[in-house]
Amino acid sequence: MATLFGSSIRRREDPRLLTGSATYTDDIKLPRMVYSGFVRSPYAHARIKRIDVSAAQGAPGVVAVYTGADVKDRLAPVPCAWNVPDCDLKIPPHLLLADDKVRYVGDPVAMVVAESRAAVRDAMDLVDVDYGPLDASIDPERATDGNAAQIHDDIPLNIAFEWHVNGGDTEAAFAAAEVTVSQRIVHARLIPNAMEPRAAVATHNAATGQLTLWTTSQNPHIARFLCSIMLGVPEHHLHVISPEVGGGFGSKIATYGDEALVSFAAMELGRPVKWTEDRSENYKATTHGRDHVQYVEMCGTKDGKITGLRTKVYAGLGGYASTAAPGVPTILHGLVYCGPYGIPNVAATVYGVYTNGTPVDAYRGAGRPEATFLIERLVDLLASEIGADPVALRRKNLIPAFEDGHEVATGLVYDSGNYERALDKALGILDYKGFRAEQSKARADGRYLGVGVVTYLEMCGLGPSKVAGAVGFGGGLYDSAIVRVYPTGSVRVYIGAKPHGQGEETTFAQIVADEFGYPIENIDVVAGDTDTTPQGWGTYGSRTTAVCGSAVKIAAQRVKEKAKKIAAHLLEASEDDIVWEDGAFAVRGSPANSKPFAEVAGMANVAWNLPEGMEPGLEATAFFDPSNFVYPFGTHLCTVEVNAATGEVKILRYIAVDDCGPHINPMIVEGQIHGGVIQGLGEGLLEMAVYDDEGQLLTGSMLDYAVPRASQMPAIETDHTVTPSPVNPLGVKGIGEAGTIASAACVVNAVCDALAPFGISHIDKPLTSARVWAAIQAAAKNGGAA
Amino acid sequence: MIPNSFDYQRASSLKEVLKALTAGDGSVVIAGGHSLLPLMKLRMAHVSKVIDIAHLEELKGIEEHRRGARIGAGTTYRELAESEVLQERFPIIGEATRQVADLQVRNRGTIGGNLSHADPASDMPAVMMALGAELKLRSRSRRRTVPAAEFFLGPFNTAKEPEELLIEIVLPGLPRGAGSAYESFRQPASGYAMAGAAAVVKISRRRISHCVVALTGVADNVFLADTDGLIDTKGESENIATVAHEALAGVDVIGDLHAPEPYRRQLAKVAFGRAVTAAMARAG
Repeated sequence: MATLFGSSIRRREDPRLLTGSATYTDDIKLPRMVYSGFVRSPYAHARIKRIDVSAAQGAPGVVAVYTGADVKDRLAPVPCAWNVPDCDLKIPPHLLLADDKVRYVGDPVAMVVAESRAAVRDAMDLVDVDYGPLDASIDPERATDGNAAQIHDDIPLNIAFEWHVNGGDTEAAFAAAEVTVSQRIVHARLIPNAMEPRAAVATHNAATGQLTLWTTSQNPHIARFLCSIMLGVPEHHLHVISPEVGGGFGSKIATYGDEALVSFAAMELGRPVKWTEDRSENYKATTHGRDHVQYVEMCGTKDGKITGLRTKVYAGLGGYASTAAPGVPTILHGLVYCGPYGIPNVAATVYGVYTNGTPVDAYRGAGRPEATFLIERLVDLLASEIGADPVALRRKNLIPAFEDGHEVATGLVYDSGNYERALDKALGILDYKGFRAEQSKARADGRYLGVGVVTYLEMCGLGPSKVAGAVGFGGGLYDSAIVRVYPTGSVRVYIGAKPHGQGEETTFAQIVADEFGYPIENIDVVAGDTDTTPQGWGTYGSRTTAVCGSAVKIAAQRVKEKAKKIAAHLLEASEDDIVWEDGAFAVRGSPANSKPFAEVAGMANVAWNLPEGMEPGLEATAFFDPSNFVYPFGTHLCTVEVNAATGEVKILRYIAVDDCGPHINPMIVEGQIHGGVIQGLGEGLLEMAVYDDEGQLLTGSMLDYAVPRASQMPAIETDHTVTPSPVNPLGVKGIGEAGTIASAACVVNAVCDALAPFGISHIDKPLTSARVWAAIQAAAKNGGAA
Repeated sequence: MIPNSFDYQRASSLKEVLKALTAGDGSVVIAGGHSLLPLMKLRMAHVSKVIDIAHLEELKGIEEHRRGARIGAGTTYRELAESEVLQERFPIIGEATRQVADLQVRNRGTIGGNLSHADPASDMPAVMMALGAELKLRSRSRRRTVPAAEFFLGPFNTAKEPEELLIEIVLPGLPRGAGSAYESFRQPASGYAMAGAAAVVKISRRRISHCVVALTGVADNVFLADTDGLIDTKGESENIATVAHEALAGVDVIGDLHAPEPYRRQLAKVAFGRAVTAAMARAG
């Protein structure tokens, strides 16, 4: 029987998504429901001198107006859930409504509840806040210089933490180095731009104490946990439902005060309350990504052996520490500094810095793109410095193939890898040598072609729970599944993770279908409801398939083991003589004597005739805690032509060879790579959230923040290698973030390669045409001849 | 993104619109709504009443007019792009129109609304200026015609009085054999022109005898560039570059996040050159 594992069946999610019949949080409408909105600070940094809500309270349709004074003694501050150890982490109180001071444009100061959305909006204009503006600190490096405005009273120099990683003897390596290259790299702030903004609907039953919260979360169990802390509602009274979630890219990992306030208002008023963010609000109120200033150095030998990597990083956190923020530039960043290379000496100092910007948290790739970018830029700079080909230099330093564990200088143990195989495959697709010849010829004609090479490695499939505890993550990192078989044999799978675009409703059903010899139609996958799904830790960090998918596999196996016992009993055979053939349990050597899975399921559920002592029913729960992270890898190549007169970058080809182990659904894998690559190319070429010196967001809408469009993007040529992971029963590695992790660095490397004749070695992303043109002009002034 | 409350009047005739505009109550006409509604939703525009003219047949249609054409102000971008008359006589209009936003916007947005809004980075004002369009304005008490070159006074500011409505655009025929072209660089987020150039060029005896170039997105208003230096030349690329450079020399070029002043000036020169070169190639 053909297996579904490995088959590119169509996504089962898509019909409802494409026909508009999916239910998102904003689609939830309840009787007697009222609406709400947040009055947000127009200043990046200001004292709140006075708030007058009387006019708003008296406005038509207004039900309630809350300020910081109303809630600060009744609601606990917004928790930060990643308390990274050994870095003197300082987490200031993060009030749900700012009380004495606002710390970014968008910091909420009041909540208006009214009978209609229009009434809410009108009344918001009537909340009169008297601000005393203060100087703003925006740039994460300058915020620490002693002259910048201090944002939190007890946090001097705005430094939230100073985190180190040390492997080998980096000081000695640099002291003895034959060659050293260095670069200052700025990673722009990015706005995640999930298609669906955030939203929440809450309803409270005062008689039972039950609070139900529909909210746009990538991880409803974490939302339940953190809302329980803020609200003081015990977890067993708190029912969190994340219905359809229209993308997150990390911005819906965080649990925000806004959703807790919607819940609070529902409890206060005894009426359901809804809040839906609009796009302009989303740009200010939902977490951003990246925002690093990095000083990075690499040293090596003249013949191209990398001997050390050293960084000093200022990572902007924004006005407060968001849910996972401290872990992103530390654990998810500094620990992967070796990449796929055998770099023996690695050292990092990472400063987490409070600034007067929107809080920064995980954004697709979360820490690993910032690491991959600096590593891959430095490798190119080193190659240029010693006159080596960037491919040859990479090849010389790649860790040789291994199948089960390889420890690197930062202390990580990679699961499995064959980095050179992916590199060779990508080079073959491009015809690298041919392109170099074409590039030389074009340069002679005054045309600027370039090729970017990235051999990346990433750490995902978060992760073993004991590691989560060791690195201060405020939860577990196992995941879970219940496989429940109904009397007619059809199956529902309840999972702890919460896919929101990644396609696991399809891929997980493929796993179970194969286990039971079923067509896919017999299986549904349910996620996002904390009352029906087992405790899980959510969808982020490319963890869902590797961790939750493994739980699904194990639960299905447990179900099948029980079914086999029942089948043996019904077939009056010894369990040892039962074999699984053509989707049925059969007696060995007597294939006609068989029971299909559905028939066994029926008997398990009616329990008329079960083995002596066996419990009725057919379901199993599995909690899977992996023994290690998974480490996907690959090689991306990008060729570009730069128009020197206009600075425009045209991508000629984009080749992605990725290795995420075996593919459950190759089409979905390819789709994840496409989306990831485009998002990284947006980061590399277009996207930047820009504040002025006063902390006003200059890119406050899609008129100024350039999300990549299909017409601006190249065709993507994908291929893969398969190196199974030994750390989970599926052998799979994550693929949701890999494209983004590789592609920003890849396109920047390509443009810098194209502009080498001008003497340009680095331009900070995004490489907008204006920036590229300015770099060429500056180089020409400095005598860089084309 | 909810506007203040406002009144809505669906006009049944042009006469009714012109009457409403004399009321002096801050009424604003709406056609496609693509400029007005976002401003209202952002509460940057507070409008007490909108008068909907989108459906008025009196304002629609494209017809031949001598060697040129007349375009009703209520004509949508899509109708402009698909007009056979315009494609034959003024292909630059279709060329520019197809660069405007996306199909949904082109289905609703109108040329009259676009010109009246006078966004300094919009495409159509430059095209109309290069073509020497005449804009017909009408109020309850008078009719007048304003050349496109005199219509645009500054950013979001035109010669149209509050009680007037732009009702028609009249395009004179181009010099026989003239070629036209529109070239622009798009701001990657908004799609508006960071610099756009509309050019009309006629060649007589292998030399340029007529050359008009209008630039948009470059300064705080659309403007006609000085192209005298190209007349009686063969339009060699170095010559075009020199004339473009000089045409921009005295211009107060704007700068922003996406195109700082020096870069925008450069784009304007490149767009100027590309538009002139393309128009020359099309000139018969």
